[in-house]
Amino acid sequence: MNEISVLVGGKAGDGITNAGTLIAQILSHHGYFVYMYTDYPSLIRGGHNFAIVRATERQVAVHRNQVDFILALDQRTVDQHRDTSPSSMMIVNADLVKSSHGGQEISIRAILAAETAPYIMGNSAMIGAFAKAAGIAWDTVDVVFHTHVPKGLEQNLRVARRAYDSVQTVRTIEPRNRHPQPLITGNEAIGLGLVKAGLSAYISYPMTPSSSLLHFLADQADRFGLSVVHPENEIAVILMALGFSYAGCKVAVGTSGGGFCLMTEGLSLAGMAELPIVIVVSQRTGPSTGLPTYTGQSDLGFVLHAGQGEFPRLVIAPADASEAYYWSDVAMSLAGKFQIPAIILSDKTLSEGMYSFYPQKTGDVTARATEPLPWDKIPPYPRYHDMPSGISPLAYPGEKDAVVKVNGYAHDEFGITTEDADLVSLMAKKRMTKGRALASALMEYHTVNVGGITDAPVAILCWGSVRGACEEVAATLGLRVVQPIVVAPFPSVQLADACTGVTRLISVEENATGQLAALARGHGVVVNEDILKYDGRPFTPDELLVRVKEVVVR
Amino acid sequence: MTRTLITDAENTWCPGCGNFSIQHTLKNVFAEMEKAGKSLDDVVLVSGIGCHAKIADYLNINTFYSLHGRTLPVATGIKLANPKLTVICCAGDGDAYAEGLDHLIFAAKRNIDITLIVHNNRVYGLTTGQYTPTSPLGFSGKSTPKGTVEYPLNPVELALASGATYVSRGYTKKMALLHQLITGGIAHKGFAFIDVLQICATFFNMTDQYNRRVYELSGHDPASFEAACAKAREWDYNSDAPIALGTLYKRELPTFDERFPVHALSQTDREQAIQEVLDSRS
Repeated sequence: MNEISVLVGGKAGDGITNAGTLIAQILSHHGYFVYMYTDYPSLIRGGHNFAIVRATERQVAVHRNQVDFILALDQRTVDQHRDTSPSSMMIVNADLVKSSHGGQEISIRAILAAETAPYIMGNSAMIGAFAKAAGIAWDTVDVVFHTHVPKGLEQNLRVARRAYDSVQTVRTIEPRNRHPQPLITGNEAIGLGLVKAGLSAYISYPMTPSSSLLHFLADQADRFGLSVVHPENEIAVILMALGFSYAGCKVAVGTSGGGFCLMTEGLSLAGMAELPIVIVVSQRTGPSTGLPTYTGQSDLGFVLHAGQGEFPRLVIAPADASEAYYWSDVAMSLAGKFQIPAIILSDKTLSEGMYSFYPQKTGDVTARATEPLPWDKIPPYPRYHDMPSGISPLAYPGEKDAVVKVNGYAHDEFGITTEDADLVSLMAKKRMTKGRALASALMEYHTVNVGGITDAPVAILCWGSVRGACEEVAATLGLRVVQPIVVAPFPSVQLADACTGVTRLISVEENATGQLAALARGHGVVVNEDILKYDGRPFTPDELLVRVKEVVVR
Repeated sequence: MTRTLITDAENTWCPGCGNFSIQHTLKNVFAEMEKAGKSLDDVVLVSGIGCHAKIADYLNINTFYSLHGRTLPVATGIKLANPKLTVICCAGDGDAYAEGLDHLIFAAKRNIDITLIVHNNRVYGLTTGQYTPTSPLGFSGKSTPKGTVEYPLNPVELALASGATYVSRGYTKKMALLHQLITGGIAHKGFAFIDVLQICATFFNMTDQYNRRVYELSGHDPASFEAACAKAREWDYNSDAPIALGTLYKRELPTFDERFPVHALSQTDREQAIQEVLDSRS
């Protein structure tokens, strides 16, 4: 595969993510699919931030550590990345980097001074220099800046041009004749999917790596007709959301593991009171505060079991932006239909990764997951009317003569508290009936992905963003990839189908205990090997290839 | 249609419980609202957990029987979702001042247009007799058999400090005043806080002390924050001092919900908006 990777690095506050995004756009306009990974510590100024943009001829969802270009705004970028990519072309900021190691130098300070431009425009110099070094036409830079640089356009262009003219082309990236696709992050894809499903309120307390979803929806609230609220804590977040839900609004909340801990009493209330809600949980490295800005997959067991008592829930774990968009729409739609909590389990890699976006068609989602029946308008209104499907007809407060009573206590069909043994058992059965109805509704969806060589006897079992690396390893080694997208209700039948003919199943997860493997084993799936990683950094294809080879040849 | 305001649910409060007074008052307030042409379909009551919360089962209106301490965020969500609803919270002192204290401060700070009635009996009743944030120093309960070693907090002073725009105190044995305070709270545009001194007939019967010490405010200027603070500090929920009843403070300010105009989109407009965002990213 013809591909190139570009690393841009500097200090926090240098605008590395923006620089990476512009480079991604330039490569997208140059005709490539792109994926961008950002790596940054938990601090505001200083430290070392970097972004790796990978441009390819087919869609990918993972970066590589070995890069073709290193754009170093500071010395630490050179020190930290040169050894990993010894044959890379370097462009360094001569003001701060002692030795260019044979790369090209630009003096950002001199360029900015010549244009009397502010410090933050230094990125534009580096981007201009990169474009020239990679043989990318100035027109492409010009178009991308015009579309994606909102402030100080002319000055940024002059800074970029000076740098463009001051370096030599060292490796030409051939242009490709492909129309540029939108570039969006996983969190943005989740937000758009929720909006598509009818989201009218998003409630969240900031917590990395979910915060960029809050920022995106707050920024776009007017365009999407949303109420976006940032309350006092995650307990208030979920209870406020349940207030919205009770009043008839489609609502979602977002957080990471620690915030989700605080939400669990509200989750259980949603289960008992039968209030639809979507909860976005974007995982980072745990336990506790862990590594706030790094990734992990250690909260699968937690979201599956969180909350006291037993109640049906939908849990989905999309792998990339397209899947996140489609399944966020499905999750909101099914939460509403079955009056249950639905959890979208993301991670830092997906949430903050940037992808060339091809929306999956979602037209069939709304057609299948119809809203619950409205109330027949004959009072009194039984909020928890026990229908054969377990799904009660819905009315909302404000509706004429509907006394709408929801309740976190055990309750009767009218929502009045009860301790009557028969009623308690009837309502428990009602909730379980809904769970079965949900599981059977999911039979119509493509809940388990099969990729790679789809009939290969050796398969990788994975979930979430890790699929990106697994697919590349599978292509190299001739393996099958099996990825459940829905993890609750567990798609046992679809997973068994996906594993037909598999003689060896290798689980790949970013946690220390093999949580999906354990879950699959509990459903009778034989998982032969666990490949685990728990250092906060996502698997790259090269690294995973070595790990998979170790177990395949064993 | 005039509705029956009490449900068929069996009432399980103890004989002599102060909750009866609050329920009866609310029932009368609702009947009056209905008589004045307000549809009770547009009224929602949110309760927490504790003896007080059973009011959600007993009153035949829209209710959200929520969790311990969580009435206010639920009520805030309901009000933001549908501003035409009148939203009332009934919370216990454990709800409002212990488990959900953060929500009280923020609801006041936001000035969300809802009414909070705190059934402040200064004891945990349903869990059979433990101290609460407003129990007096030395309160001997099941979790503090030797008596508490901490002072109570003064919720009225706290509500003032947090920015509540309607701050009042009632007493379950003064039902006419309680009626006025609740009606005033519901009519108030903004966050209305009503601390109701309530008798717990079983675990903490303060009838004698309250009867001796309460008085109704007269000649007090509720527009004066300083005067309100002075009245709030007159009694610290601990010492033997005069206890002012009535509206200590009242001020009109913009509300959280009215600062949150939201225009819902049609499905076509949604998809158009999504496309606009995608176009801006290519």
